[in-house]
Formats: sequence, C-alpha cells, structure tokens
Amino acid sequence: MRIIKLTKSKMAIVAIFFCAGGPLVAGERLPIRNCTWCHGTSARGFDAAPQLAGQRHQYIMSQLLSFKRHTRDNPASRDSMWDAVANLSPQSARALANYFSTLPPRAAKDGDPELAPIGKRIYELGIPESNVVSCLVCHGPNAEGVGEIPRLAGLAYPYLKARLEQWGEGYHAAAGPMPRVASTLSPREIDALASYLSFVR
Amino acid sequence: MRSDHGRFALTSWRCGLTVAVGVAGVLTSFLAIGFAPVFAAGRAHERGTHSLQAKLEYCKTCHGLSGEGYHGYFSMPRLAGQQPKYIENQLLAFIERRRTNPVMFNVAHVLSPSMVSALAEHFRDLNPRPMGGGPRDRAGLGKTIYDEGLPEANVPACSACHGPEARGQDEIPRLAGQLFPYTVKELTNWSKERGQGGTKVDTSTIMAPTAHNLTQSQIAAIAAYLSYLK
Repeated sequence: MRIIKLTKSKMAIVAIFFCAGGPLVAGERLPIRNCTWCHGTSARGFDAAPQLAGQRHQYIMSQLLSFKRHTRDNPASRDSMWDAVANLSPQSARALANYFSTLPPRAAKDGDPELAPIGKRIYELGIPESNVVSCLVCHGPNAEGVGEIPRLAGLAYPYLKARLEQWGEGYHAAAGPMPRVASTLSPREIDALASYLSFVR
Repeated sequence: MRSDHGRFALTSWRCGLTVAVGVAGVLTSFLAIGFAPVFAAGRAHERGTHSLQAKLEYCKTCHGLSGEGYHGYFSMPRLAGQQPKYIENQLLAFIERRRTNPVMFNVAHVLSPSMVSALAEHFRDLNPRPMGGGPRDRAGLGKTIYDEGLPEANVPACSACHGPEARGQDEIPRLAGQLFPYTVKELTNWSKERGQGGTKVDTSTIMAPTAHNLTQSQIAAIAAYLSYLK
C-alpha cells in the first residue's frame, strides 16, 4: 500500500488520529482508515481533502470511478487518489460511499463572511447578464445535491475555490456541464461562491 | 523538474505571443485608418453572433447540450423541437410573472426580443432522442388517455390540441420527449405556477380544468408515455 503524500503538519495530525484509534473501522474488511488519514476521522476533511461526511453516496461512487479512470485529473487527485483507488473493488467502493454518506456533516465556515451574500445571490439566481447559470437548479436550494450531483453545503473554502478554478483550467473536462459553468465565473465570483457555500448547513 | 520545464516553455511561448501581438497591433493600426467603418461593422456582426452563441451555450448548460433536458435537483425541461411561439410566450410569461419561477424570471428579463426569437428558432430544429425515464408499465395507459381522454372525468383527449404525435402548434407546446418529472410537476402544480398575475391574459388557463381533473396516477401515466415519445 503506497503511502499518500502529505505535508508535515498533516502527517502530525494523521499520527495523532492513528495513535488515538477510535471508531475507524466500519465493518471488518472495509479500509476506512485509509480514507480517514486524509479526510479525517469524522470524514470532515482538511483543506485539500474534502469533507466526505454527508456527501451523496452516488456522487462518492462516481468520483471513485473517475479517479480510477483518471478523468478526475487535477494534480492533487493524480498524486493522492489515483493510486488510492487503483485496487478498490466496486463492492468496497459502494460500501465506503454508503458509510461516508451517513456520517453527519459540519459546515467549514471558513470563507469570507462579507462575500457570502454575493455568493448566495449568484448561487440562487446566477448572473444572466454574463451567462452564469443558477447553481441552485442542479445542486438544490440548500446545496444538498441529488444523485450524482454533489452536496456543496459546508465544504471547505479552499477546496471549493480550487475545484471551481480547476474546471476553468481544463481539468475534469469530461464531467458534465461544470467546465462551461466555471469558465464563465470571474475570480471574485469564485471567491464569493466558495465563501457562501462554506457557511451553508 | 517537469513543472519547471513546463513553466519555461510557457514563458517563451508567452514572449513569442507578445511579439506577435505587438506586430499585429501595429499592422492593424495602419489598416484601421483606411478601413475603420468596415472593421467596426465586422466587429459588431462578430459580437452579435458571439453573443447568440454564448447565450445558447448558457441555455444548454441547464437544458442539455442538444436541448434534451437535464435532471438536476429540479428537472430542466426539454426545449428541443419545441414550438418557437410557445418558448417566446413562456419567456414573456416569466418576465410578466404570469408564470412563477424566480430563476427563469432572472434569465428571461435580460433577453432582447430579437434574442428570444433567435433562441426559439434554434431549439425548434433540434431533435435528440428523448431521455425517457418514466415508468414503462404506465405508458400504455398514458397513451390511451393522451389519444382518447377520460370522458367520464371531463378530460379531453390531449391529442386534440397537442396533436396526434404531441408536436404542438404555435402557442400549444410540444410534449413529445418531455422529461417525466417535469411533466408530472407541471400538471400537478398547474394553477399554482401558471396563469398568475391577476387580470393579465394567459393562455395557460385553458389547461387548468383538465389538469385539475386528472388524478396523480393518471398524470404519471401521461408523463411516462410522453417521456419516451419521439
């Protein structure tokens, strides 16, 4: 099992969790701990590794598949997730997705509170003048997601911002309407959206 | 290593581009003196095409790349093959709040009349396969109701107005291939969503009694039939 690259600070956090033990194993053969090293014991994520708690199980499944097929192809995914899922069976993937989707999520609340109202407006109504679509119509009124469309509520600001930037940079080109959506957003609008979503519960 | 190399390549590419742009700029300013009006007209035309193109991409982000519709948190209806007059009328209904939908109000109120016509014309000619998705075992009953109505429940045949193949006509919409959850939602909420705004005339009132007279299970059957209809 290849050890996932981590920064020193994260290594320290990982070490603490690892030593502390705790409820890390859900079912005998499910390798939960391999995930929680980066995504946290409660799966609430760190800056780069997103919160999985409360995420849509179909979305987690589709993302595990996209790592396996290398269609989710930004550098962090390539470095961390491609190898991590290489030997994951469909059964384990489904079990992990179900497990994490049932954990209670918590809002990161780490965005800029002053930008949040601007982000809320873009999220709900879009900006028709510059052809920015409403996020709400697909991701839901409380950013709860549906099916393979992810929950965005309460994800960490740096993660949301990075993802929106990655679409515009040409990563994950195969994934649905998001490359076009994100390419219409200005850096400030991305900032506002990521800020708003980090507070949504 | 690789990323350093990449950055270097990018930098030299950028240098090349800067020189090229500079040269082009000088050439353009010479040419522009003689051909200014022609250039301006060309640019305006380009911008017009570009903005229709950009607006179409915007519509299709939600309504599907071929206008086939999309299942998000809400169902975005199929626009492919839709009657242009119906699209124009509905966009106007959103603007005048005859049809309640905050997102579509926002979308519609920035569109010029000529843009609305151009968009409506574009969608008329699209013909992707229907997305389907309704319960297949209900489609048979749906076809019967669509073709013959439910005389005992005072429901006229849908085909009488929407046509035997559900293609619609003028302000009467095409229904063939419409998304199952969308048709269900529209028929269920008909009078809450459409014909709003008090005294304003709205053709949707024609549908109100019919929508009221259908049971939830009959609505599902009709929607299932339409979701597969080409």
